Amino acid sequence: MKTRKNKLLYAAKKAFPHTIPVLTGFMVLGIAYGILMETKGYGPIWSVLMSAIAFCGSMQYVAITLLTVAFDPLQALLLSIMVNARHLFYGISMLDKYKGMGKFRFFFIFWLCDETFSVCYSAEPPEDVEPKYFYFAISAMDYMYWVLGTLIGSVMGGLITFNTKGMDFALTALFVVLFYEQIRKKENRISGVIGVLAAVAALCVFGTNLVIPSMILILAALLAGRKRICS
Amino acid sequence: MFLTPLQTLIMIGAVALGTMITRFTPFILFPDNKKPPELVTYLGKVLPPAMMGLLVVYCLKDVSLSAAPHGLPEALAILAVLLLQKFKGNVLLSIGGGTVFYMLLVQVIF
Repeated sequence: MKTRKNKLLYAAKKAFPHTIPVLTGFMVLGIAYGILMETKGYGPIWSVLMSAIAFCGSMQYVAITLLTVAFDPLQALLLSIMVNARHLFYGISMLDKYKGMGKFRFFFIFWLCDETFSVCYSAEPPEDVEPKYFYFAISAMDYMYWVLGTLIGSVMGGLITFNTKGMDFALTALFVVLFYEQIRKKENRISGVIGVLAAVAALCVFGTNLVIPSMILILAALLAGRKRICS
Repeated sequence: MFLTPLQTLIMIGAVALGTMITRFTPFILFPDNKKPPELVTYLGKVLPPAMMGLLVVYCLKDVSLSAAPHGLPEALAILAVLLLQKFKGNVLLSIGGGTVFYMLLVQVIF
């Protein structure tokens, strides 16, 4: 009988390769975030606290601006809901996978970011690893990379001398691969095309605020085409 | 530091609360012990490919097609990622190879 700790360590070993692209991207972006916060006068305590309890990459960058203007927490709350609205759809997508996972569920939900959603949705746990330990390991590692990256950037960002320009492309590449693997399955193709077209249309009309308009377009298309997509 | 420590703490709390509302809402609306409506189950099945497509576009949102190099490094690197994935089928190789290729493109060539 394996103990819980052993099971987790084994799951982490099996899950680690799946998280390497996230490790690369989160280190680069986390370090950049720590450095940026530092230049605004917010040291490691603040940047790490933000990464550890909010854990929301792009919104944290938006929040840097909010920390340098007049104090307005309500605006921060509303903006955070809007920028992070896409999590709603990740949650709906993971309801089934995270079913019956008891106490683990809290962490799955707390740690649900773009990357963790995409990797956990796509990766199949190996036969000898319990799914909940596998998903827990992926989620926890992704979270730690982000917090650790922030800490490194904040404490010793200035020491990094090698040119990391373009390294965050690892995350773009990750999404490209996972998207490609999804639409290789025939039944996913229509939905995948809808996602790309909706996002491109929203980008053309709304510029970089494309997320919510894209989500509305995606929802409308998926609901309208329900009969055809289902069959 | 522009805000006081207490104000900063409240701001971090506000950002975290907003994020957690978006993360927890689906799981609170459709708890584990109840079967979600059929429509939600349908969406849970068809949303992921669409969201991953959205994420790809989202990653590229700051790329300018009108200014040089007109998105060429991104287009070439994505092509490399896709070709590697199609012919080698190794996720880490596709992502690693594509990323190194992209870094070369933006640091050395463009």
